[in-house]
Amino acid sequence: MSPSVPLQEMIRAIRSARTQCEERGVIQRECAAIRAQFRQSDNGGRSHNLAKLLYVHMLGYPAHFGQMECVRMIASPRYSEKRVGYLGAMMLLDEKQDASLLITNSIKNDLSHSNQYVQSLALCTLACMGSAEMCRDLAPEIDRLLRASNSYIKKKAALCAVHIVRKVQDLGELFTPAARSLLSEKNHGVLHGAVVLITELCEKNPETLERFRKTVPDLVQIMKGLAISGYSPEHDVAGISDPFLQVRILRLLRILGRNNEQASDAMNDLLAQVATNTDSTKTVGNAVLYETVLTVLDIKSESGLRVLAVNILGRFLLNNDRNIRYIAMTSLQKIVGSDHNAVQRHRGTIVDCLKDQDASVKRRALDLSLALVSATNIRSMMKELLLFLSSCPPELRAQAASGIFNAAERYAPSQRWHIDTILHVLTTAGGDVRDETVPNLIQLITNASELHCYTVHKLYRALLADISQQSLVQVACWCIGEYGDLLVRGECQEIEPVQVTEDDVLDALETVLQSHMSSPATRGFALTATMKLSTRITDNVDRIRSIVSIYGSCIDVELQQRAVEYNALFKKYDHMRAAVLERMPVIEKNSPRVIPMESPQGRPSRTSSQPKSSTESHWCPNHLLTSFSLPVCGVSQVCDLLDLLGGSEETLQPSPAVGGSAPGLPIHTASTAGGDLLDLLGGLEPAPIAPAPTVPVYEKEGVTLTLSCEKQSDSGLTVTLTASNSTDSDISSFTLQAAVPKSVQLHMKAPSGDFLPARGTANVTQMVVLNNPNKVVSVEAVPIRTASKSFFPLQVNLKMRIRISYTSQGSAFQDTVQIDSFPGFSAAIH
Amino acid sequence: MTGNGVTYRNHGENYNSPLSVCLPVSVCLYRSAYSSVCHAVSVHSVFVEYKDFKLIYRQYAALYIVVGVTDSENELSVYELVHNFVEVLDKYFSRVSELDIMFNLDRVHIILDEMIQNGHIVETNRSRILAPLNALDKMADS
Repeated sequence: MSPSVPLQEMIRAIRSARTQCEERGVIQRECAAIRAQFRQSDNGGRSHNLAKLLYVHMLGYPAHFGQMECVRMIASPRYSEKRVGYLGAMMLLDEKQDASLLITNSIKNDLSHSNQYVQSLALCTLACMGSAEMCRDLAPEIDRLLRASNSYIKKKAALCAVHIVRKVQDLGELFTPAARSLLSEKNHGVLHGAVVLITELCEKNPETLERFRKTVPDLVQIMKGLAISGYSPEHDVAGISDPFLQVRILRLLRILGRNNEQASDAMNDLLAQVATNTDSTKTVGNAVLYETVLTVLDIKSESGLRVLAVNILGRFLLNNDRNIRYIAMTSLQKIVGSDHNAVQRHRGTIVDCLKDQDASVKRRALDLSLALVSATNIRSMMKELLLFLSSCPPELRAQAASGIFNAAERYAPSQRWHIDTILHVLTTAGGDVRDETVPNLIQLITNASELHCYTVHKLYRALLADISQQSLVQVACWCIGEYGDLLVRGECQEIEPVQVTEDDVLDALETVLQSHMSSPATRGFALTATMKLSTRITDNVDRIRSIVSIYGSCIDVELQQRAVEYNALFKKYDHMRAAVLERMPVIEKNSPRVIPMESPQGRPSRTSSQPKSSTESHWCPNHLLTSFSLPVCGVSQVCDLLDLLGGSEETLQPSPAVGGSAPGLPIHTASTAGGDLLDLLGGLEPAPIAPAPTVPVYEKEGVTLTLSCEKQSDSGLTVTLTASNSTDSDISSFTLQAAVPKSVQLHMKAPSGDFLPARGTANVTQMVVLNNPNKVVSVEAVPIRTASKSFFPLQVNLKMRIRISYTSQGSAFQDTVQIDSFPGFSAAIH
Repeated sequence: MTGNGVTYRNHGENYNSPLSVCLPVSVCLYRSAYSSVCHAVSVHSVFVEYKDFKLIYRQYAALYIVVGVTDSENELSVYELVHNFVEVLDKYFSRVSELDIMFNLDRVHIILDEMIQNGHIVETNRSRILAPLNALDKMADS
């Protein structure tokens, strides 16, 4: 057995090994020696052996046989051995190993050692790999060390406490008071540890977060001391004192100020000062600024401060240093949702970053550019994005392609542009697009009926140029099959005419069929296209027959089946061939967002599979409507009425079968007595907008309230309520109060009076101006503060509840009525 | 790759197996090779996105120091921390080179433990970091 060499020798030996094999040989020899040494009980070179083992471990070779040795060395009284033992424990052991339990006792003893360096070793190891049981055992020790020791130990104990809190959340309670008191320390290391500990406590437990909000003034004070006043030579980095502590404090302030007005206010000044005073020529300064910007954007800061933050980000974007541009884009990504316009201003710079050479910067720029696409800038952005796609690194291709598709779908200015864009993407990156692109594109093409000729010409040319991009080839085959007659006819205004003969077309399709680059699916497309052409073209039907019959014996089962069936079409069912192969109808876009229109024969008790089940509600028909009798109409009648009231809204939903609540759907439209409903609405009917019809909405005890609407603007509506009194006694103190759903704004003008004389001699008029800026149509967007939620989306966004109060014959009356339909409004919006 | 002193820690876990070191180090080497060809100072950014971590690397001649952090860290701060670390090493070894690190790995670990514990910064002041190590050296000499 070769004698063990000192560590340095071994390292030299390993480094001088010229091949991997040599190196492995050296290491195996050494490991054998080390193992032998470990078996011998006590010799002076133990620490060296373990150090060698750790080096070997770092290189990646197995070193688990050293674990017990670590445990033994930790228990040794000599510091050098303890040191290497603990290092070994941190590197070789973790909580999954059994040996880690054995060191618990050693750590415990060492935590109360007289030598602070030994204590620090124990703390370090516990912080790195302490398991939950160990943490629980030793937590009181750590707490003791947090309070009463020197600063060297305190800072390490604080970080150990962080680890404990992470492992065992309940122990957070134990450390909270100590953490609070540590904030008043002067030593930066301890402060740092305290801030990290508080951050961890706040993140884990929201109640602790509440308690620590009170420390915001202290933190602000500390930051001011660091950032603004004074030069502390101890922690200075390039002119900024202790930037690491500053960054950590800013992060804690961020957590404390989130969603809390009060704390955010306390920080505003400080953040503004730091943002303006920090020197941004060096990276350190930029690091602090970056953290400040993140904090400002995350708390409830005032708008001036937010503008400052976005401006700082803008400055970062123009910085020469690539790193700074990268982080600027990362942070802009976070706020592009909320401060979209602010980010739009920097669109030019961001788009330029697409051309940067660095992959990380490109990735960020791509994400941000896709987020910034809007209807106004779609054309220019798309040019840039397509340029990027042709030169982008392969790992970003798929993401770029799908992003482009999404953007094109949302903001396409014209169908032809949309088709062009998709074709461009398919030619450049066809291999990286998702599978559903092909059917989507096909559906798009069928919808653009006037562009069929143009599309098929373009696709034919693309096919001739390159048949390796599968998606493109599939779409091209499909289109040629469908619109082959347009292709052969050759006339198309938008493209230079090129004479394409039927033979050329069939040649192209045959090339696809025979090419080794085509996938089976593509071949299937090509075969079907060839077959479809048999009805579209006239001369070469025999050629098609021969092609099809060849594939009747193809190895690929799918192709073979298709070919055999098409053959049968030629032979036995030739009379059906034209019908089978005629043009495909326009494919409906089957997106989940569009709720299919129900037939007017609604079925009230149908269990419907509504996408918006949250809007299912039930009528409480009697609750609010005692004031007037309502006809309970059948749903079909109701739907007819809805038609009458001004065209069908596209979402007509029949009532759900919810616990058999209501047999039908009474409408809250105005009606004074039963049965008049249809007559009433018949009066409102057809298209010419009746000039502000008046509809009685309330009638009780002789007090009548009528309503008329006038549309002022696209989202505004003026409602006039007229009250009259048909009893024999006067009514005084007549007031109306109105409430509307949250998304609508209400403004009540002064009423004409509050006195209603008897027998309807005079009226009181009240004007109410409603503004519905959102024009929300979906039901769930409107929290309606009534007991009965309307299920009909007809004018569901606009409801009004009126409370009537008056005094008559000495007694006070109060009543409430709900208005759900505004007849003038509904007619007016169409 | 074994020649370069690449040690990095991430919340107490040491990424020491060659497999996990491979990708980020190869990225760093590729980038530095490219930049040396282009004679540009910073052609690439020092941030690499690797799985769900971010890697921040810094090159000092033949030595790369790579730090892996989670998404919530301030990248520029970590960049500065790496420089701080190298400055501390510089002070201790007087003009450190990667050979110094290789042959004194245990000392480097001690320094690292003084600076970073379980992924958090303990101390950044150079003299304070080196105090225990100097005391240890004195003990060993005497």
